[in-house]
Amino acid sequence: MSAHDEMIGQTTPPQGVLARFAAFRENKPHIFLLLLMMAVALLMMDPRTWVLLTISGLAMGAMVFLMASGMTLTFGLMNVLNLAHGAFISLGAFAGASVLLWLSSQASEPSLLINLAAILPALGFALVVAGLLGLVFERLVIKPVYGDHLKQILVTVGGSIIIMELIHVVWGPNEIPVPRPEALTGAFLLPDALPVIGGVALEKYRLIAVVLGLAIYGLMTWIIERTRVGILIRAGVESREMVEVQGYRIRLLFLGVFVAGSALAGLGGAMWAMYREIITAHMGDELMISVIVVIILGGLGSIKGCFYGAVLVGLINLYVGYLEPRLAAVATVGLMVGVLMWRPQGLIPVIKV
Amino acid sequence: MSNGMLNRILSGDYPRSRALSALLVLIGVSLALGPFLFPGVRAFSMLGMICVFIIVVASYDLMLGYTHIVSFAHTMFFGIGAYGVAIATDAFGSGFGAVFIGIGGAVVMSILLSLLLGLLSLRVKAIFFALVTLAVAFAFLSLVTQLYNITGGEDGLAVRSPRELGPAFRPFDSKVPGFSVIDFIAGVFTQGSIGQAFNDAVFEVRVSGRHLMYYITFVVSLGVFLFLLRMVNSPFGRVLQAIRENEFRAQALGYRTVFYRTAAVIVSAVLATLAGVLFALINRYVNPENTLNFELMVFILLMCVIGGMGTLYGAVVGTTVFLLAQNYLQDLLGLLVSNAEPGSLFAELAGPDRWLLWFGLLFVLSVYFFPAGIVGQLRLWAERRRERKAAPAASPLKQES
Repeated sequence: MSAHDEMIGQTTPPQGVLARFAAFRENKPHIFLLLLMMAVALLMMDPRTWVLLTISGLAMGAMVFLMASGMTLTFGLMNVLNLAHGAFISLGAFAGASVLLWLSSQASEPSLLINLAAILPALGFALVVAGLLGLVFERLVIKPVYGDHLKQILVTVGGSIIIMELIHVVWGPNEIPVPRPEALTGAFLLPDALPVIGGVALEKYRLIAVVLGLAIYGLMTWIIERTRVGILIRAGVESREMVEVQGYRIRLLFLGVFVAGSALAGLGGAMWAMYREIITAHMGDELMISVIVVIILGGLGSIKGCFYGAVLVGLINLYVGYLEPRLAAVATVGLMVGVLMWRPQGLIPVIKV
Repeated sequence: MSNGMLNRILSGDYPRSRALSALLVLIGVSLALGPFLFPGVRAFSMLGMICVFIIVVASYDLMLGYTHIVSFAHTMFFGIGAYGVAIATDAFGSGFGAVFIGIGGAVVMSILLSLLLGLLSLRVKAIFFALVTLAVAFAFLSLVTQLYNITGGEDGLAVRSPRELGPAFRPFDSKVPGFSVIDFIAGVFTQGSIGQAFNDAVFEVRVSGRHLMYYITFVVSLGVFLFLLRMVNSPFGRVLQAIRENEFRAQALGYRTVFYRTAAVIVSAVLATLAGVLFALINRYVNPENTLNFELMVFILLMCVIGGMGTLYGAVVGTTVFLLAQNYLQDLLGLLVSNAEPGSLFAELAGPDRWLLWFGLLFVLSVYFFPAGIVGQLRLWAERRRERKAAPAASPLKQES
């Protein structure tokens, strides 16, 4: 479809500034919206705050992207709407937090290397626990209701209740404080020599979250664009039947995507736990709202849309949270409503819904 | 009552199962005479909640069961009604005028919001509606929590309901006798003498404005239920069911499905708002926890599905069963655990705080094995019984054994 658009673009190149702008707006709505939001925010605050908020927004976007990517792919590939996704986020957070608390002696050392000996097992454990539960959940709960959206919504809501209650049983009903490892606390100072933004303090953990989020986005893009599995996933999103006709077992592929998506949700939850430094079983429910806004914003089933959606949600949360803290959640949902009115299929539609 | 009149009242939609009819009569009588059959504050507030939530769940069923629209914004409309009355009485004093201003404002707001939601997402695909309503309801919840100078924030608002509907108003000077059914049954078993048990079970009720409010709620609840029964059995309701069964065909027959879907959403939203109004007046206190919470939304979903989707009787049965379980299952689990040693896995899993775990499990299993809920199952059994009766000659062996 995009190739087709480009061909039209080549035959009649847009004339004039306004026409070119309109073409840009229609062809790259995600970039347009991102630039627009950043520019508007820059006008409303001083540049130093803006830099700080933009980095923080990107960090939040990176973590939300991890949580949302699995859900958008499961929907895109198999038309399965998993509302228990938030419970996987909570579970990852609790699993990661218990490992961090267990290895708290390593985590409180000032050395980065010793810290990593606590952080990597924590993130790994969150990944594995959420992934394993995803495997069980897909087989037991979701498999019997393929192709029936209503039942999917019902059983995944029920499943989400069960997982959250089990978290209460295992970890107790109270919120748990999570110590952030020593090497990740504190902030970098930008050198004073830089114009305008010199001396701005950037929190280390947020920078690391941005880097990790970008790395995983890069890895996922590579897998989806360049590997054989990726080709099958993309083909499955376009047309499930055609992939099946070619003799591939799409159920197995879907199971893999579901497990990977759950594991990523767990990873995102564990990172969120270290970011917020306090966790409750219901944190997944609250994050689900951001996740849902992101996948609708980006277009269901689109990884690229999911990434840009997450960044947009992170940025608007931080910008509005700074200007008027009470309206942060309303602005997030307002962004979604606005985009839906403009483009009912989302920013980068992949599947026809 | 003549058969034709009953037919008109129920719009020709009978329970179609003897057990279900008995259950409905039991619930109906308990609710109608409730304050005089069950003593105690807890039982009284329970009865009120059942009446309120029958409206909420029945109107939700209009969307979920009859049209297959999944909405997560039903508590939002419920909350709009509750907060509408609370804010209006807070601002204009505790007269009936303030209550009606609150109702008017809340209904207008609900209609506008549901119209917006419908046009925004039903146009694309029904599945979008679930996601969009979830997000919008969350934004509304956060807005109500944050705007504490209007809504009272987390602390909520006390509703200054009119004096005639409060505990201070006494329509009769003398007390009215009540008869506690539960005490009577317990008395018969423990004492053996029916006369003694009868005397013990009689108690006195001081009729106050709260009873008046309860009966207003009961009558409105009954009215809404019969109205919805009429609606789903009207041509409009048939179109909704046609959309549920096969949207494409309904469209091909010339029905504008977007219009019908949006209309169902608006009717349902307005009725939920009405339930919210009654809730505010009967509970006399609203906060985000008891009107807007996501958990409450999930409870409404559970009530609807457990009772039976697509059968309005299911809303009555589901609401009653769920609220009874919510209030008394915890006591039961507590009794169960009191014998187990504290801290053991059994005590953790079966503790009174874990009642939701078991309900969640029950819910998932019922979606798989009894997708039609309690009412659907009862009707299925009644159907089978009738079939066996209708064809006794076909299976003579079975009759002998």
